[in-house]
Amino acid sequence: MSTKERLKGVFAHALDLDPDTKIEDLRYREIDKWDSLGHMALVAAIEDEFDVQFDTDQVIDMSAFKVAYDMLREMGLGD
Amino acid sequence: MTADPSTGPSTGPGTDSAGAAEDFVFGRTQAEREEILLPELQQLTEHHRANCAGYDRILGALGIKPGGAGGTIAELPWLPVRLFKHHDLASIPPDEIFKTLTSSGTTGAEVSRIHLDKAAAGDQTRALSRTLQAVLGKQRLPMLMVDTPSVVKDRRSFSARGAGVLGMAGFGRDHTYVLDAEGRPDPEAVRAFLAAHGDAPFLVFGFTFMVWQYLYEVAAEHRLDLSQGILVHSGGWKKLADRAVDNAEFRARFAADTGLTRIHNYYGMVEQIGTVFVEGPDGDALYCPDFADVVVRDPRTWREQPVGTPGVIEVVSTLPKSYPGHVLLTEDLGVVHGIDDGHWPGKRFSVLGRLPRAEARGCSDTYAESAAGPAEAASADPQGEQAA
Repeated sequence: MSTKERLKGVFAHALDLDPDTKIEDLRYREIDKWDSLGHMALVAAIEDEFDVQFDTDQVIDMSAFKVAYDMLREMGLGD
Repeated sequence: MTADPSTGPSTGPGTDSAGAAEDFVFGRTQAEREEILLPELQQLTEHHRANCAGYDRILGALGIKPGGAGGTIAELPWLPVRLFKHHDLASIPPDEIFKTLTSSGTTGAEVSRIHLDKAAAGDQTRALSRTLQAVLGKQRLPMLMVDTPSVVKDRRSFSARGAGVLGMAGFGRDHTYVLDAEGRPDPEAVRAFLAAHGDAPFLVFGFTFMVWQYLYEVAAEHRLDLSQGILVHSGGWKKLADRAVDNAEFRARFAADTGLTRIHNYYGMVEQIGTVFVEGPDGDALYCPDFADVVVRDPRTWREQPVGTPGVIEVVSTLPKSYPGHVLLTEDLGVVHGIDDGHWPGKRFSVLGRLPRAEARGCSDTYAESAAGPAEAASADPQGEQAA
């Protein structure tokens, strides 16, 4: 599975998203489930799935699906 | 007011602002603060007058003409923090509100409402992050939460404590709670955490009274080794008064009985979200980040008190752009211990307690009491309304 598809799966599971959610366009606080509590679960889930560690600035900057995806690519996990 | 770790600062993502420089934020001398912050603060006063009608009316009623605000930081017009409990003061249009923060009043009766737009939400998060990175570093450390996981369970009804815990969570990883879901101490969980992470730096966060009651007392009893920990705490000493624990005692006992010596109290309030005053490595006082300052005022004349004389704390910060909270008179008593003479430059100060409701007349009594109390007491009563 591609990094992007795996990341979508992490988002869907960690944030308990409805199946019809457009995950690629998702932004922080745009939906109730991606609030500060959801964010902590999301960050931990991404770290688990990809075996990476984000620093504090990355946690703060991760304000959209696309940003998270770009971070993974910068960490060498691109497709 | 309150130092509130609660509603506060959060490590939720900011928005799209460009990454700010990761400079060390405890580097400016007092003269540099006057030189650099004063023009920014004057501009903020004008910005808020132009964008917040209520604020403009208040300053107008005080006889302050536009453009005529303050030749020094101490001369800037301030708002009593209580005003945010009675008035919805925002400098952004309602449709740009991204996040509204509320304090948790001790009485529950009145809460402040602080409105942030996307830019302000991002600014406060980044500012808090840069401030805490001065003592924590950039890496997210394994984290012990001195609380129960139940406080962050129901996202619809976070208490001040829950908001505080959640706001700090982003600074750590592998979060482990010191209390179980029913609120009982869980020494086995702490032991397991220490077995996995205890031989390298780890982060500990909690409200001051809980840290004492549920971490210190449990760690001392079970002989847990916390020597690699970095403790960040806030909330005030009132609830510990009956145990005769002040800041000096707190630090000394943690060091002697658990090995924990890296301890940083902090002081902040939801009405100036993102700005926290942090206890220096020596544990001698709270220090102001470079974008902030404090002024301690005589409650009778409102003049700035000399170093060493207690008074009412005014907190100053260039962060608040979406609401007029850049210069706020708190309801806390404090004292400046020195200027440019401590571990970090700028003013160093302590919080001595809450201003009694009785107002100015009662203050001198409180001073007498405080003077006899813990000289190094730092921090207000966060829960009363706080967060960090």
